[in-house]
Amino acid sequence: MSNSTASSKKSVLWDWLTTVDHKKIGIMYFFGGLFFFTIAGIEAMLMRIQLMFPEMGFLGEQTYNELLTMHGTTMLFLAAMPLFFGFMNFVMPLQIGARDVAFPFINSLGLWLFIFGGIILNISMLAGGAPDAGWTAYAPLSTTSPGNGVDFYVMGLQVAGAGTLMSAINFLVTIVNMRAPGMSMMRMPLFTWTTFVTSMLILFAFPALTIGLLLLMMDRVFGGAFFDTAMGGNVVIYQHIFWIFGHPEVYILILPAFGIFSEIISTFAKKRLFGYSAMVFATMIIGFLGFMVWAHHMFTVGMGPVANAIFAVATMAIAVPTGIKIFNWLLTLWGGRISFTVANLFALAFIPSFVLGGVTGVQLAMSAADYQFHDTYFVVAHFHYVIIGGSVFGIFAGTFYWWPKMFGYRLSESLGKWFFWLFLIGFHLTFFIQHFLGLIGMPRRVASYLDGQGFNEMNFISSMGAFLMAVAFILLVINVLISRKNTDNVQDPWDGRTLEWATTSPVQEYNFAQTPLIRDLDALWYEKMSGNGKMKAAEPLDEIHMPNGSILPIFIALGLSIAAFGVIYSAWFVIGAGLLLTFAMMFIRSIKEDHGYHIPVSEIKKDKGEG
Amino acid sequence: MENLSALDPRGPVAEMQLSLIQLSLYVMIFVIVVVFAIYTFVLIRFREKPGDTHIPKQVHGNRALEFIWTAIPILLLLILAIPNVMETFTLADTGIPENGEEAEAEGEEAEGEEPLVVEAHAHQFWWEFVYPDLEVNAGQDLYIPTDRRIVVELHASDVIHSFWVPSLAGKQDNVPGITNDLWFEAPEEGVYFGKCTELCGASHWLMDFKVLAVDPDTFDTWAEGMAEPDQELTEPEGEVAVEGREIFEANCIQCHAVGEDGGAEGPNFTNFGERTVVAGFLDYEEENIHDWIRDPASLKPDNQMPAFDENTISDEEMDALIEYIDGLKVLE
Ligand code: HEM
Ligand SMILES: [Cu+2]
Repeated sequence: MSNSTASSKKSVLWDWLTTVDHKKIGIMYFFGGLFFFTIAGIEAMLMRIQLMFPEMGFLGEQTYNELLTMHGTTMLFLAAMPLFFGFMNFVMPLQIGARDVAFPFINSLGLWLFIFGGIILNISMLAGGAPDAGWTAYAPLSTTSPGNGVDFYVMGLQVAGAGTLMSAINFLVTIVNMRAPGMSMMRMPLFTWTTFVTSMLILFAFPALTIGLLLLMMDRVFGGAFFDTAMGGNVVIYQHIFWIFGHPEVYILILPAFGIFSEIISTFAKKRLFGYSAMVFATMIIGFLGFMVWAHHMFTVGMGPVANAIFAVATMAIAVPTGIKIFNWLLTLWGGRISFTVANLFALAFIPSFVLGGVTGVQLAMSAADYQFHDTYFVVAHFHYVIIGGSVFGIFAGTFYWWPKMFGYRLSESLGKWFFWLFLIGFHLTFFIQHFLGLIGMPRRVASYLDGQGFNEMNFISSMGAFLMAVAFILLVINVLISRKNTDNVQDPWDGRTLEWATTSPVQEYNFAQTPLIRDLDALWYEKMSGNGKMKAAEPLDEIHMPNGSILPIFIALGLSIAAFGVIYSAWFVIGAGLLLTFAMMFIRSIKEDHGYHIPVSEIKKDKGEG
Repeated sequence: MENLSALDPRGPVAEMQLSLIQLSLYVMIFVIVVVFAIYTFVLIRFREKPGDTHIPKQVHGNRALEFIWTAIPILLLLILAIPNVMETFTLADTGIPENGEEAEAEGEEAEGEEPLVVEAHAHQFWWEFVYPDLEVNAGQDLYIPTDRRIVVELHASDVIHSFWVPSLAGKQDNVPGITNDLWFEAPEEGVYFGKCTELCGASHWLMDFKVLAVDPDTFDTWAEGMAEPDQELTEPEGEVAVEGREIFEANCIQCHAVGEDGGAEGPNFTNFGERTVVAGFLDYEEENIHDWIRDPASLKPDNQMPAFDENTISDEEMDALIEYIDGLKVLE
């Protein structure tokens, strides 16, 4: 493969398996995430069916706990994060005018680690029992849980987590190093900014997860006693380590959505984002505070009033930067010319939904009141309000917004509106009422509830809402399938403001024939207003250097997964074989000279229609 | 349901918590109203009208506005933070309660009565309540007097559980290796529902218990009866009851104690006949007791009690056994 003509002869499948192109990797993250989103959604529906009536026998208790754990874990680690990673991979390099990410090979490795990690986790269901200790896997319930379920949880997340960490580092280096000339940090689009801050959070939070999982593994597989009180262990340490990761994790899930909303709201209000620099600083402050408040998940664990009071006040402080953001979005809309596309509908619906989730967050931060809220359906309602009303709405908004750029066709707006309204109504129907369920005494993570305790009607309504959401989601899938003919007007369908709308749709492999010159925030909009609407080039037209694809990342990931299975079943030989495969592949990677290839000027001109 | 809701408090602690919840609710409603009002106005006023193609003015920001919407939330949060910090400390103080100001004004001593200490030991999936000062061990039902402050010391014997009686007090966790505590008062007589709120295994959802607040005299009678039960309980008269006692001694007593005799692997049975539920959740009926003993795991998965089939306890023996345990009472 020394030139592009040779690579184009390879089969399509081979091409996708070996690609190091950030756009293809982004698309694979997207579909991987969508796949796991579907699975986790089905798990949610099964739980909601079980909870539809009191004392139902639809699912056994053990099965319920397994579904509960898989639903939470899958949604957070295998659906929401990868879907955002899909957008980040695809869009962020375009937004900063780069040809690729800093480390394309690592990028591909990150993707395959996520996919293999997801497979490991889900195989548990076929291999005799999924993890059952909740997505938080608190010790000692997790360390003493029989069977291999929790081992699958530990190893699946360890493998996927390694991939996440690598991708985050890659994003950071890309943003710092690869911005087009003229794009100062304070001219970066908000989505790029949130990608940056999110990646910082991952960089600092995921090592804590790795340690937590490692300790769990030690206790379970190798007979350690970190969390065995009979041997002098301490179970609260696990909670601290978990939440030092776990709290930033929820910001990892919401900041990218904030970025997406900022792009979409300003595009469809046709206005520059109000208070851009305040938005950037608010993002950083939220990211920073996100690390300082982890123990608000542990008010009832017995930390004492001093710690509880400090963490309560610190948590409330996060409402301030978040409030700044909400008002800035409202003021961006103020005086604008708002068009109600599906992408914008999701962005607009996000504002009230997320405000509802945010205010209950402040309520939960009140430690003394949290003694009533904690571990009840009030909490289930709260976090679904922020996660669905925030992250998932963000994902759907981004899907409709960037779909033409990613796939070269527009999703149907009319079908999209049906999807939007059904989903919105279903969502509020499902979760609003759960605030009250919690307050009248229903704990969370219960496989059922007794008749005659006053929970029946509300649970039934909640389940009905879930059905509406499921129907809506099917409409989205249908939309993806039937809209393929809408290939007209895909290059810049929304009158975009940022650089990704300055390239072709779908995007050519080298992104920009010539690196663009950035002259202001909202670079493309600036050229539309004060130039000819085309980006100025920062360099003469020249041949473009591209990295070669490689099959090695898959094998590195495969090797680690084999080793993971070895750990799960305590088979030393398998661990050794897996690690050997991984190291062999890494060795090949380091000795093989690979200079990539060049795309000649003639071909670029041909793409431009000048050839 | 009555006596289960945090919204319907029956004691000072839950009341304090409800008023915090209400305070936060009012502040939050204020925020919501402001945001929703601006939001609705903006969406109606600035929607794109057909044929409109004007380009809006590109505003950068506004320092004064941004300052205002930073300052106001800080004020609102202070309104919430201050009472919250105060109550967090009040709730953590399990020392001797002070008599209210009224009592002081009447010249009584400021010191109140010593609180009643109860240890709550959480097990998969049942509750054991130990009264160290009264030498009483009780299973599933927490009896308390209405005139005293109760301090509950929380212990866990296997995994983490969490003790929650919504209408009396918010929850605290039972953590292995650590002792937490909380206090509450129940001035009105009544039965209050309690639940475990930390995922603790398959039957987590069935880990209910009851708090029975009774008048002080009844409580004393109960406590005496539990500490030194009537001879009749351990050496019953009447043919059936004697047979029942023998079966109980042969099969159950290693785990379920009556009075001084027996183990504590399972709930104490000294006042079994006064229960209103079996195993924390089944209606107290002969049939349910029977089904439970025959196959506890099918009713409460993963629980620690073994099954007793017909070879171990025949049907007639079962009747005698149930009659015996049904007669275990300390209050009448
Ligand atoms: C399709 C709509 C959804 C429905 C109907 C739904 C339903 C549920 C239900 C019934 C539970 C169990 C609550 C309990 O027993 O305590 C649950 C827990 C959870 N859900 Fe969802 N959910 C949905 C979407 C999501 C999404 C999109 C996410 C995150 C991206 C998410 C994250 C979680 C988490 C983290 C838990 C807690 C798991 C645990 O406690 O271990 N859910 N959900
Ligand atoms: Cu429990």
